[in-house]
Amino acid sequence: MTTTTAPAAAKAPARRRVPRKGLGLRIYTWAVIAWLVLPIAVMILFGFNDTSSKFNFEWEGFTLKWYAQLFDREDLTTALINSITIALASTVITTVLGTLVGLALGRYSFRGKGVSNLVLFAAISSPELVMGASLLSMFVTLNTPRGYATILVSHVMFSIAFVAMTVRARAVGLDPSIEEAARDLGAGPWTTFRLVTLPLIMPGVISGALLAFALSIDDFIITNFTSGSTVTFPLWVWGSTRTGTPPQVNVMGTLLFAAGVLIAVLNMVASRRRARRG
Amino acid sequence: MTETQDAPARGDSATLPAIELAGVVKDYQSHGETVRAVKGLDLTIGEGEFFSLLGPSGCGKTTTMRMIAGFEEPTEGEVFLHGQKVTGVPAHRRDVNMVFQSYALFPHMSVFENVAFGLRRKGVERSEITRRVGEMLEIVDLAGREKRRPGQMSGGQQQRVALARALVNRPRALLLDEPLGALDLKLRQQMQVELKRIQREVGVTFVYVTHDQGEALTMSDRIAVMNDGSLEQLGTPRDIYEHPASKFVAGFIGTSNLLSGEVAEVADGRAVLAYGPGERIVVPLREGTAVSGGQHVELTVRPEKIELHTEPPAGDGSMIRGTVSEVVYLGTSTNYQVVTSAGADVVVFTQNVNSAEDIAARGDSVWLSWDPRHSYLIGQIGATP
Ligand SMILES: Nc1ncnc2c1ncn2[C@@H]1O[C@H](COP(=O)(O)OP(=O)(O)O)[C@@H](O)[C@H]1O
Ligand SMILES: [Mg+2]
Repeated sequence: MTTTTAPAAAKAPARRRVPRKGLGLRIYTWAVIAWLVLPIAVMILFGFNDTSSKFNFEWEGFTLKWYAQLFDREDLTTALINSITIALASTVITTVLGTLVGLALGRYSFRGKGVSNLVLFAAISSPELVMGASLLSMFVTLNTPRGYATILVSHVMFSIAFVAMTVRARAVGLDPSIEEAARDLGAGPWTTFRLVTLPLIMPGVISGALLAFALSIDDFIITNFTSGSTVTFPLWVWGSTRTGTPPQVNVMGTLLFAAGVLIAVLNMVASRRRARRG
Repeated sequence: MTETQDAPARGDSATLPAIELAGVVKDYQSHGETVRAVKGLDLTIGEGEFFSLLGPSGCGKTTTMRMIAGFEEPTEGEVFLHGQKVTGVPAHRRDVNMVFQSYALFPHMSVFENVAFGLRRKGVERSEITRRVGEMLEIVDLAGREKRRPGQMSGGQQQRVALARALVNRPRALLLDEPLGALDLKLRQQMQVELKRIQREVGVTFVYVTHDQGEALTMSDRIAVMNDGSLEQLGTPRDIYEHPASKFVAGFIGTSNLLSGEVAEVADGRAVLAYGPGERIVVPLREGTAVSGGQHVELTVRPEKIELHTEPPAGDGSMIRGTVSEVVYLGTSTNYQVVTSAGADVVVFTQNVNSAEDIAARGDSVWLSWDPRHSYLIGQIGATP
């Protein structure tokens, strides 16, 4: 059998057959997946729960009314809008600044490069609790009123390192003579950046931006320190756990999750296509 | 045609040299130290010439080329393109194009877009771009591959795309930095012929950087041999091969035998060096060279110019004796290593035209002879023609 299928197999060398492993491994794999997915499944499920109590813990039947009444709780809606706009703004600012930092670190050698790398690493590895507390004391010292702007500033601050890291990884692997070739062919510095450098580091920029968005939209700890009286989605949900979380929260969580999955899939498809085009 | 004559020629574009370097020096700062990569280079490269910069790795070839392209600025001296001083002009405003050793193709663009890149920057009309790119891909034998990505092509094809991408702009000069270095031997030889053809076809000045002397000899109109940041010799391939001006050039270009001895007499523009009984080396003196009896001199002879004999040869040319230390059969030729009576190692190539067996074997006593025309004094004396 192997001899007859050999020519066909040779034509499609890309798909290699993964050898089948034992039953134990499969059970284990599914168990891990279930463990990861179960909380999300529960969240999605209870968005459809026709509950009448303040607490949404017991299954009382299927309904779509929470989807219909999604924006009925005004304060929740405001919190969600705050979260989304902060996440979007933070992503845009972070991506621009982080890309520049990542490029500088990946492409050039300059005084203080080592220190810059260290600072980035510190920003990624320091505990959020510490960062939140120090941000708060800084804002207090500087006499800055806490609110929307301070949340945005702190989100930019803690996610910039992630963008810088992903972009730097791309930029390091870039052959500097490719940019020189562009200049040689008559492209000025800006045109070279726009037509050559940026497209080549784009995968790093996109992963950095997605990370920045994800980090911002669900951040609780640092936001809690720097929010003042402004409420974001995670803060609202946390506050509601004592008085009862309405099913709208599940619905919003479901929609955010769905959007995240969609973006991840799109990104994967795009990078597959890029890879295929070589 | 390409002398470093100044002023009067300037302004008349037909007779202007394509590229001129005047007293160019380049210092790099590295780890707080100053490295002088190019030490005062004067070069004049003529219009339409295939000009090679040849030298060992690290001798400053790439640095020289990058100063012409505009990626580095000379520390001292000036660069002229067609008589125009371009020192200080950035790379994207210089009318020369470069082919990088790594090809440096834009991986996210199709072959067509790669080649069209320069024309688009110049704002050439769409239809004109399509026409010229198509034409150029025809010349480099890549017609029909417009939609491919560089990543889907072989090394040789990528090399041609890089060439087309530079040439399509009709630059005043094309700079190639070891363009064939990444290819295997067979493809390389094929591309050498190809490059030469393309250069003839488009008639653009080529400045070709290589550390491969064979490549430089076969392709160039003229070669500048560089060593340690300075020019060692400038001339046609034949000049450089037949009349190496220094010990370095003699050793770097092809295989060369270095012999030395004391001048016994000078007569009829020839110096005669005396060794043991019956042995002598006769070497012609170039015009202007002055040697006198008793002086110690060095000379070179190419291995293929030497004849190997088992009997003392007749004639009044150079002849010395020696002992065969190694015989290497190479198919079309046989390679003998001989230790002369004076203790010098000499290599002799003999063509295997009709000899069914080797002339001599290891340990045999032999005579070496050559026509004095094929030997040259080198070093201080020989270098001043
Ligand atoms: N950017 C640089 N910084 C410091 N030293 C350099 C730089 N580029 C080249 N050099 C040095 O200059 C010398 C000449 O280099 P290069 O022009 O690349 O030689 P080649 O192309 O002939 O191999 C070498 O000693 C090299 O180490
Ligand atoms: Mg080099």
